[in-house]
Amino acid sequence: MNVNVSPPAIEADRLTKRYGDAVAVDAISFSIQAGSVTGLLGGNGAGKTTTIGMIMSLVAPTSGRVSVLGYDMARDAYRVLHRMNFESPYVDLPHRLTVRQNLSVFGRLYSVANVPERIERLAADLDLKSFIDRQSGKLSAGQKTRVALAKALINEPDILILDEPTASLDPDTADWIRSHLERYRATNNATILLASHNMGEVERLCDRVLMMKRGKIVDDDAPEKLIARYGRQNLEEVFLDIARGTGAAKKEAAE
Amino acid sequence: MSAASSPAFSFSRIFAMVMRHWYLLRSSWPRLLELIYWPLVQMIMWGFLQSFMAKQTGALAVAAGTFLAAVLLWDILFRGQLGFSFSFLEEMWSRNLANLMISPLRPIEFVLSMITMSLIRLIIGVVPVTFLAMFFFGFNFWGLGIALAAFFANLLLTSWAIGLLCAGLVLRNGLGAEGLTWSIMFLFLPLTCVYYPVAILPAWLQPISWALPPTSVFEGMRALVLEHTFRADLMLWAFGLNVIWISLAGWGFLKLMHSSKQIGSLMSVGE
Repeated sequence: MNVNVSPPAIEADRLTKRYGDAVAVDAISFSIQAGSVTGLLGGNGAGKTTTIGMIMSLVAPTSGRVSVLGYDMARDAYRVLHRMNFESPYVDLPHRLTVRQNLSVFGRLYSVANVPERIERLAADLDLKSFIDRQSGKLSAGQKTRVALAKALINEPDILILDEPTASLDPDTADWIRSHLERYRATNNATILLASHNMGEVERLCDRVLMMKRGKIVDDDAPEKLIARYGRQNLEEVFLDIARGTGAAKKEAAE
Repeated sequence: MSAASSPAFSFSRIFAMVMRHWYLLRSSWPRLLELIYWPLVQMIMWGFLQSFMAKQTGALAVAAGTFLAAVLLWDILFRGQLGFSFSFLEEMWSRNLANLMISPLRPIEFVLSMITMSLIRLIIGVVPVTFLAMFFFGFNFWGLGIALAAFFANLLLTSWAIGLLCAGLVLRNGLGAEGLTWSIMFLFLPLTCVYYPVAILPAWLQPISWALPPTSVFEGMRALVLEHTFRADLMLWAFGLNVIWISLAGWGFLKLMHSSKQIGSLMSVGE
């Protein structure tokens, strides 16, 4: 029998990162299936950013391994980086370049087949046309986020990693971004890993949530199942239970 | 989606990075002005000094004949390194480095793009000044002829080796190490004997000086201007040293990049 088994989109196996005596990520293991949207949640210092850094090969693990589409990111990152992309409000695009110039540069870096056509398409999809020839540094926060998302989608990635994609955006713009992400995932069967402090956003977008605390994954389930298990009304209350250490009691009570 | 494989080496990616910096230069007149400002000031100052000393008699007047050539060659070395380092620092200043590091851009392509930008910046900054030196002081830099190509190539190779090492240090240590980028070349100013012969240095310092590739270039320039002799032996020595320097700098850059991934500094660039 010929069974074609695809590797998980992202897989971590006892992934650990230590900075001196401090353990940022503590032997976490998880597997994310292709086409899913997974939320990576946790308080400040929980290890989310370090985990994302290791997935993107920006941070070298102390031990354990992480693979993307079957490729070990410590050894074979360049075999898969062209199928990934990333967006974060903490990473900028060059301010003095226009939106079109920035997208053109990244289109070429990702060997996109027809860069001008791809830019036109993104400009239409993400409503960039009115400021596409304006310098990126002169845009509003909402416009900058849309441009950063356009950069993250320039290569139509299989794996899209988003670090607080709607931080500091007004509700209307944030909703608009979420809708676009939903469409992109549905159209491209893309895998999305989303780190966010916005619990409503996570409930809306994610099929699954990895809850991190002090470098460990302390819970892992679908948002609605977590809410039910913890006997709470929403994911924010579950988050607070876990962050404040009252989660175990609530979870047991619910079970 | 783009499941096609990404080539291990791509001129298109290098071109993309060159375009990124060209767009930036084109959009900012202060950046363009800065390229030419300091070489021009240096040329004017040393040009007047050379004119004054040429009116004296004796060895001083003879030595003065090399000042303008020395300052223009020094600018090739200094500006070559700055041009390389600037392109790297621009990525740090604009918080764009993480975007590049997660892209398919390979380190060698990144380095080659910075080398290309170093050449472009040098052409914009130094070439016009050489013509102004001809106009104001009657000094024909291009009259150095074919030797100039050897001087130019050796100085640029050294400047890129130092620029590469500086980039690695900034990558590893963040913008706290930026000052090194601006000042490191001044250590070479006395040691490479830009304005005086190596024989002036104390005996114990001379071997150190000869281990620096630019020393041979400046000695070669003096031999050419004062004795009308092209010292091919010095150029070959400088080239051999440059091969070692570039190799060590490349190795150092990769080590520092690896170290920056170990300490997680790529996630917090700018600090």
